Amino acid sequence: MTPRPSAATATTAAPDALIVPPATIAPGRAVTRPPLRREGPDKLTGAAKYADDLVFPGAWYGTTIRSTEPHARLVAIERSEDFDWSSVVLVTAADIPGENIVSLISDDQPVLVPVGGEIQHHAEPLVLLAAPDRATLRAAKRALRVRTEPLTPVFDPLTSDHVFAHYEIGSGDLDAGFAQADLILEGTYRVGHQEQLYIENNAMIAVPRDDGGVAVHGSLQCPYYVHKAMKRALGLTDTQAQVVQAETGGGFGGKEEYPSIVAIHAALLARKCRRPVRMIYDRHEDLAATTKRHPAVVTHRTGVRRDGTLVAQDIEVVMDGGAYCTLTPVVLSRGTLHAGGPYRCPNVRIRARATRTNTPPNGAFRGFGAPQTEFAAETHLNRIAEQLGLSPLAIRRRNVYQQGDLTPTGQVLRESVAGQEVLERAAEAAEFERLRGPEVGRRTSDRARLTHESALVTSGERIASGIGLALAWHGAGFTGSGEVHLASVASIELGGDGVVRVLTGSTEMGQGTKTIFPQLVSEALGIPYEAVEIAPQDTAIVPDSGPTVASRTAMVVGGLLLTAAARLRTTVEAATGGTFGATYADYARAHGPLRIDQQFEPYPGDAFDDTTYRGDAYPAFGWAACVAEVKVDLDTGEVAVTNVVAADDVGRVIHPVLAEGQVEGGTLQAVGYATIEEIKLDNGRYLNDRLATYLIPTALDAPRITSILVEAPFSGAPHGAKGLGELPMDVGAPAVVAAIHDATGVWIQELPATPERILAALGATAARPARSSGDAARTEAAVEAPIHAGTDPRPDAPTDPQPLRGPQPDERDEWPEWERRPEEPSR
Amino acid sequence: MTIRLLVNGDPVELDVPGMRRLLDVLREDLVLTGTKEGCGEGECGACSVIVDGAVVDACLVPMSQVDGSVVRTVEGLAPRSVPAASVVHADSAGTGVASLDELQAAFLETGGAQCGICTPGMLMAARAYLDDGGGPDEGRIREAIAGNLCRCTGYTKIVEAIALVARGDR
Repeated sequence: MTPRPSAATATTAAPDALIVPPATIAPGRAVTRPPLRREGPDKLTGAAKYADDLVFPGAWYGTTIRSTEPHARLVAIERSEDFDWSSVVLVTAADIPGENIVSLISDDQPVLVPVGGEIQHHAEPLVLLAAPDRATLRAAKRALRVRTEPLTPVFDPLTSDHVFAHYEIGSGDLDAGFAQADLILEGTYRVGHQEQLYIENNAMIAVPRDDGGVAVHGSLQCPYYVHKAMKRALGLTDTQAQVVQAETGGGFGGKEEYPSIVAIHAALLARKCRRPVRMIYDRHEDLAATTKRHPAVVTHRTGVRRDGTLVAQDIEVVMDGGAYCTLTPVVLSRGTLHAGGPYRCPNVRIRARATRTNTPPNGAFRGFGAPQTEFAAETHLNRIAEQLGLSPLAIRRRNVYQQGDLTPTGQVLRESVAGQEVLERAAEAAEFERLRGPEVGRRTSDRARLTHESALVTSGERIASGIGLALAWHGAGFTGSGEVHLASVASIELGGDGVVRVLTGSTEMGQGTKTIFPQLVSEALGIPYEAVEIAPQDTAIVPDSGPTVASRTAMVVGGLLLTAAARLRTTVEAATGGTFGATYADYARAHGPLRIDQQFEPYPGDAFDDTTYRGDAYPAFGWAACVAEVKVDLDTGEVAVTNVVAADDVGRVIHPVLAEGQVEGGTLQAVGYATIEEIKLDNGRYLNDRLATYLIPTALDAPRITSILVEAPFSGAPHGAKGLGELPMDVGAPAVVAAIHDATGVWIQELPATPERILAALGATAARPARSSGDAARTEAAVEAPIHAGTDPRPDAPTDPQPLRGPQPDERDEWPEWERRPEEPSR
Repeated sequence: MTIRLLVNGDPVELDVPGMRRLLDVLREDLVLTGTKEGCGEGECGACSVIVDGAVVDACLVPMSQVDGSVVRTVEGLAPRSVPAASVVHADSAGTGVASLDELQAAFLETGGAQCGICTPGMLMAARAYLDDGGGPDEGRIREAIAGNLCRCTGYTKIVEAIALVARGDR
């Protein structure tokens, strides 16, 4: 154990002692029983209106004709003469009144591929259709033919020469660092696509406005992203484009950028139809066409001293951006900045690039690049610990960032550094050292520890159990100067009717925005929770508070609201001489409405250079540790994750129930990423593009999850909050893979750890006995530190020979029908 | 064909194609949009309803199969009038009230609903389990909701909510 003085350790007994005196942060603190979810009763009674629940009389049904090739030239769109085209509305790129661009970072993605243009990926939008009923819509689709000329596709991100973004960051002297190393270990780690799999598919309904504009009502995370994209593609003014969020059935990043496309498509049809158009994706279309988590290949070369001290890290990251840029540069940026893991190392080089392939574009997903690179960093560190005969806990204690340490961008970690605290809390609660110790046999037979037996586990005799640990950091809020550029606004209005209303563009998608905002504001104003209303997320009503992404809502927008509330309170109390709670209704009657707009101001002392990538990459970091226990069936290779202990430092817990919900849900998404979630591709097409073949964990696959919330407040936010949503996503997968190693002795370096990969790895190391029940051969890992350069044992060929589901002949001939409902009359 | 059924206690008579999905009739003809469509192929359970006491995926049930059946949806869980003993919570506007049954109230208090899109189906699966005499055993509760996918919660708080009701603590 390092004798370094540790601020984090000092906080174990009294987290409140850190940085922000408790008295000054009372507004953000759950002081009493937290309020119930604001929109909960509507969701529980079925009254909540999601996009597909909204009724617009006279609405037509819209659909998208998509490419069936990964790379081709669009030669012609041919309409059969046997169909009455006056009964439907058809939109091609030629009908786009504005620019044929889906506005985001780069201008490379078209709304629709124009005739003569290049199709860049399978399922790319080519033509839009709308019809008064579904049967007519289907008939129109059958009467439309698309002629193309094939072009050569590129599928390998490693060889693609089209680079969307690249970064290099570093510090110290790499050669000097490696020269000090007692052990140099290399390894390559691969992760594939992951689907967000919100249970509500993408959905948007466009309604023409009287002023020539269009309003869209839909499922989305970022109203002002959609707003900007609509203005540009349809040539609309700020008021002509109106975006209204319907109740949203999950996002996880998957509704950050794609809703712009759905909205533009629906709006184009609605303008041409002059009536509302419903564009409701079914699961198949949503899986086949919308964004996924970026696949990545990460290579580490690491030098360590015999005692486990890191002296050199040379890391290369390659991400597969898919066919268009979308948010790839920002995803890669976050992945790069987190690639070293939460560890002090004086000599670091991280080189990263993201390239184009002819596959559907990848985009935002909880964690945003960090889960990919931190899986690699953590698995690599666990392999180093094994080589040195050190405990995974010990090597982290030796290297984890402490207050005052320097990151590879030259950022001094001035405050709110809780890596060691979350590590110790998780390890202690999970009894990590005891369970990974010599009591292996006892552990395996101790069924009492299991709260439920997973259906995944067969009744096989040879079931091995294991425990694994991972640690991560996650930059809070936007990267670098992102928040400064966003210049978000959040407002509070005291109406002339005496009602306090919160106005923000931050969306509720399950995480609790509509609950914590009134909670924060009511506590700051000294009025009841129920007395604070929240305005609908409608661009005609609320300001641009920035996107609801990057775990920034509670931290950044919540912080703006607290500042606005303080201003409102001061103004009212100065005028009335009484407390806000006692006098605000009188104030409103006497003075009329009062609105406070609060704009983001840079956090004090925070500076980042976007061109050199030097400085404060994030205003603060959240810290997460995860201990996972697994059972592995050595005959089938199946993994059951049985228990997880997650410790997350969120700065300040605003609402414990909602915060635990974020940890539990994020942890299970990480468990799915680690074990079963995988996309298979054939010629650029996702093969398992149905929920029957893309699997996510059920209640039986889910482990018992214990959440530990740690508070190391961030002084830049008035309440000290640092964000939470993404933290658990970073640590779950490497913890599970470490547990699989503990159980079986094999390292799985490519996610997910499928039965095929585990059996292949077990087969490849058949000479080494796997640790099964009663096998207490722990000494294997306790070898003397070998002084040699390790190499990556991964064979070139993929380890899993079987695709989940082969291409079905009837599905290969043409782009499959989206509408597979039984024939029925129109609504 | 003409189909008669009881939906949330109300007699309903419909003239619909026999192969029309129960899900579409509930959502479109009867405007009971609490029942959701997540996949349309019986994988996610978002459209779970109770037909004659059994949980079914309404996306897989043709109308011809439910002639004479008793159908219960999420809209039929809470009592319509508000008896004194029932749980009353402010609705989303903070102005009116919504009445919740014990299971819905348990979901609200434990945090069992996040984005809410799986919630109606999850509630129906849980209701059928409890009506069948299901107890607080965690493993059995997990089995009972294994056909209902949730992407938000990790299931922990859903299991907790159902166990609360099964134990009679709610």
